[in-house]
Amino acid sequence: MKQRDYRKKISLSETGPGDAGKTGSWRILRPVIDPQVCIPGRRNAPACYICWLYCPDGVISRTVPPGIDYQYCKGCGICAEECPTKAITMVEESSLLKE
Amino acid sequence: MQIIETGNVAAALGVKLARAQVIAAYPITPQTPLTEKLSEFIESGEMQAEYVPVESEHSALAVCIAASSAGARSFTATSANGLLYMHEQIHWAAGARLPLVMCVVNRGVGAPWTIWNDHQDSISQRDTGWIQIYANDHQQIIDSVIKAFALAEEVMIPVMVCYDGYILSHTHMPFDVPEERLVDEFLPPYLPPYSLDPADPANLNTVTMPDVRPDVRGDTAPGYMEIRYLLHKDMLEAIPAFERVEERFRSVFGRGSNPYIEPYRCEDADYIAVALGSLSYHLRDVVDTLRNEGVRAGVMSVHLYRPFPDELIARALSGCSGVVVFEKALSYGYQGALCSDIKSALYRHTGEPGGRPFVVNYILGLGGREITTPDLLDAMRSSCSPDGGSGDETRWIGLRFS
Amino acid sequence: MHVKTTILDLPEEELVNPGNRACAGCALGIAYRVGLKALGKNTLIVVPPSCLTVLQGLYPIAATKLPSLNVTFASTAAAATGLLAALKATGRKGINVVGWAGDGGTSDIGLQALSGACERGDDFLFICYDNEGYMNTGVQRSGTTPQWALTANTPIKGKLQPKKDVAAILAAHNIEYVATTSAAYPLDLYDKIKKALTFQGVKYLHIHIPCPPGWGFEPRYAVKVGKLAVESGLFELCEIEKSQFRHTGASLKIIEKRRLVPVRDYLKAQSRFKTMSEAETEKIQESITRRWEGYFKSFDDINGEE
Repeated sequence: MKQRDYRKKISLSETGPGDAGKTGSWRILRPVIDPQVCIPGRRNAPACYICWLYCPDGVISRTVPPGIDYQYCKGCGICAEECPTKAITMVEESSLLKE
Repeated sequence: MQIIETGNVAAALGVKLARAQVIAAYPITPQTPLTEKLSEFIESGEMQAEYVPVESEHSALAVCIAASSAGARSFTATSANGLLYMHEQIHWAAGARLPLVMCVVNRGVGAPWTIWNDHQDSISQRDTGWIQIYANDHQQIIDSVIKAFALAEEVMIPVMVCYDGYILSHTHMPFDVPEERLVDEFLPPYLPPYSLDPADPANLNTVTMPDVRPDVRGDTAPGYMEIRYLLHKDMLEAIPAFERVEERFRSVFGRGSNPYIEPYRCEDADYIAVALGSLSYHLRDVVDTLRNEGVRAGVMSVHLYRPFPDELIARALSGCSGVVVFEKALSYGYQGALCSDIKSALYRHTGEPGGRPFVVNYILGLGGREITTPDLLDAMRSSCSPDGGSGDETRWIGLRFS
Repeated sequence: MHVKTTILDLPEEELVNPGNRACAGCALGIAYRVGLKALGKNTLIVVPPSCLTVLQGLYPIAATKLPSLNVTFASTAAAATGLLAALKATGRKGINVVGWAGDGGTSDIGLQALSGACERGDDFLFICYDNEGYMNTGVQRSGTTPQWALTANTPIKGKLQPKKDVAAILAAHNIEYVATTSAAYPLDLYDKIKKALTFQGVKYLHIHIPCPPGWGFEPRYAVKVGKLAVESGLFELCEIEKSQFRHTGASLKIIEKRRLVPVRDYLKAQSRFKTMSEAETEKIQESITRRWEGYFKSFDDINGEE
C-alpha cells in the first residue's frame, strides 16, 4: 500500500498550532507586561523568565522583554500570579474593547 | 520437507519462516505449545525476533499494536478467554490498520470454564474488522500463517488464522514445511507504508471527530465514519487480494487451491453440509457413506470467513436443494453466525424464494462435546430430503438431559 | 548526578503547539511543555486516554511535535514495550520511549501492564501525571484522589479512602529510578527526566498536577496550589535511586529549614475539601507533622546534629 493512500485510511495527525482554534478567544482577562517593571525589560538582558517557564500554553517568548502571543493566550493568569516583580497585570478584555 | 508434527508446531514453523520480528504472547491452553516453540526458536538463536513474555493477553496485543505501529512484523497467538481479554485491542488493531497476524487456537469460552474445543471464541470476534481464515489441517495451518502475513501487509488489515484446539493443535500429522528460500521469495521483508519515526513525526489514533475537518494544509481530512468505511471497503477488497496471494503462493510453492472454500463432492450434490475447520473433514466420511446410500451429498468448508465471500458461497450452494450448516458456536438467542451469513448470501445472490435451497442449522460440539460420526450421519439423513428443512431451523446434536 | 538546570539553560524550542484544548491554567501544560524539552525530539511517546489525549490534539491536528501513539487505557506500558521491541528488531538505536499516562491510567487500569514491564526490565520511562482523579471524564475519584476530596462520584462525603502511593508500589519492583515531582517545580521535573533517562529498565516519574476545574480553584493559582502541596509536606519531592531514598528540591528545603506550611492553607485553597471537618484537617496535619519529624530525625542521624 502506498504511503499516501495509507495515511488517509488511518487517524494520523500532523503537528500544527491551533487544534482548538485561536484560543485567545477564551480569554476574559489579558496579561499585560510592564517592561519597566519586568526584570529582563528593566535590565535589557535575558533574565528571570518565570512567566515563560510557567506558561502552560507556551505563548510567552523568552525575549527581552518577554512577549505574549495573544492569538493563543487563554488568559489563565499564572504569569501574573508568579511574576516576582508583579510586572504583569490582568486587564479586562472588555475594557480593552471599549478603547 | 515433509515432517510429522503437531498443528501448533506447524503454526510456529510458519511464523518462523515468515520472519516475524516481534512476538508477544501470554500462555493459555491449547495455544501454549505454539508460543513455547517460538520462544525456543528465538532463545536458541534459530530465529531472529523479539519475544515479549507479557503479563496478559491485553498486553500481548498492545505490544504487537505498538510494534507494528513502529514498523515491525508482529505476531501473537491465543485461545478462548485470552482472545476475549484482547477484545478491545482487537478492534483497535483493525481500526489502526495494522498488518498483525494472530493464531487463534479455537477453544470454548467460560463460564463455566471449559478448556476444550469449539469456535465461540473466534466467531465472537467476527465483527472486529479482522480477516478470519479457518484452517482444516496442518498443511493449511502452516501455509495460512505465511499467506496471512502477505495478505495483511497487502491490504493493511490484521488477520486471524483459526484452527481447532487439540483436534489440530495437539495431533501429529504429516505436512510439508516450505523451503526458507521460497518463503523469502514469496514474503519479502515488511516495508510499512508509515511507521512512527522522530524524523517524520505523527500522532496516531488521535480522537477523531464525527465530521470531516481541515488538516494543517487546509485539505479536508476524513472523519471517524470515513475511516471506518475505508476499513470496510478494504475488507471487501481483501477478497480479490486473497486470490492474488493464493496465486502467488501457487506459483512459488506449486500447491494451493480455492482460497475461499473447499468443496468436497459438491458438483452434483442435492444437499451440502457446510462447516468451519476440521469438522468439515470429519463430514467427508459422512458424505461418503451417504453417497453409498444413494444420497447426493457434499460438504463444503469455509476458509475465508471474514471478509465473507458471499457471492461465491451463494453460487456454490445455489444449485442444491438443502444446505446443512454445522456450527461449534452460536449467536445466543438466534442461530449460528455462519448459518445467518449463508442465508443472507443466498437471499442476495439467488433467485426467488422457491428457487433457493433450504438452510438448516446444527449446533454441536460446544465445550468439546464429542462429535460422533453416527450423530453426524443421523443429522444429515434427517436433513437430506425435500422436507429436510421443515421444523426447527436450529437443532442441537448430542444434548443429553436426564 | 545532581545537575541543577536553570531557566536560562532550558531549551528554548517548544515541542507543544499553542492553541491546544487543555483548560486555561492546566498544570499539565507546564509539565508537558517542560517534560518534552527534557526528552527531546528523538522520542516516541505513548499516551492512553486522559487529559493529555485532549491536549495532544484532535485528528488531523497534533498539538505535539513528537511522534506519538494513542493506545487503549490499560496498555500504556505494554505499548511502550512494543515500541522498544520494534526499535530493537528493526535496528534503530538511541530513541527514547516514554509512556505518559494520567493517574487513572497508571494507578488503576494501567497498573498491571506497568508492573509487568517493570518485572521484565523493559527500558523506557513511565510518567504518571497525577491530577488526582478522572478529570477528563468529569472529575471522578481515582486511586490517587486524596481522602476527603469531593469528586463527581464522591459528591457529598468526599472520598473516604486515602491516596494510593504509586511511587512506593513502583519502588517495590526494585527498578533503578523512581522519583516524584510537581508541575509547580518545572526545573526539578526537567532534571529528573534527564536523570531518569540515564538508568536501565523502567524508570518512573510521578508528577503532581494541580487541576483548576477539578480541584476547585482559580486557574491563576495553579502553581501556588502546587507549591502549597509540597511546602505543607503533603506531597513530597523525592527520588529512590537504586533503592536509596532521598528528598529533593523544595522537600529537602523543608528538612533543612524545619519549616512546614500548615496543610490547612493548601486544603482551604481548593473547593474540593470544603466539606472536610476541622477534626479531619487536624488529623491530616498530625500525620504530616509526625511523618516529617521522622524525616528530620533521620536527617540529623545521618548528617550529625547541629
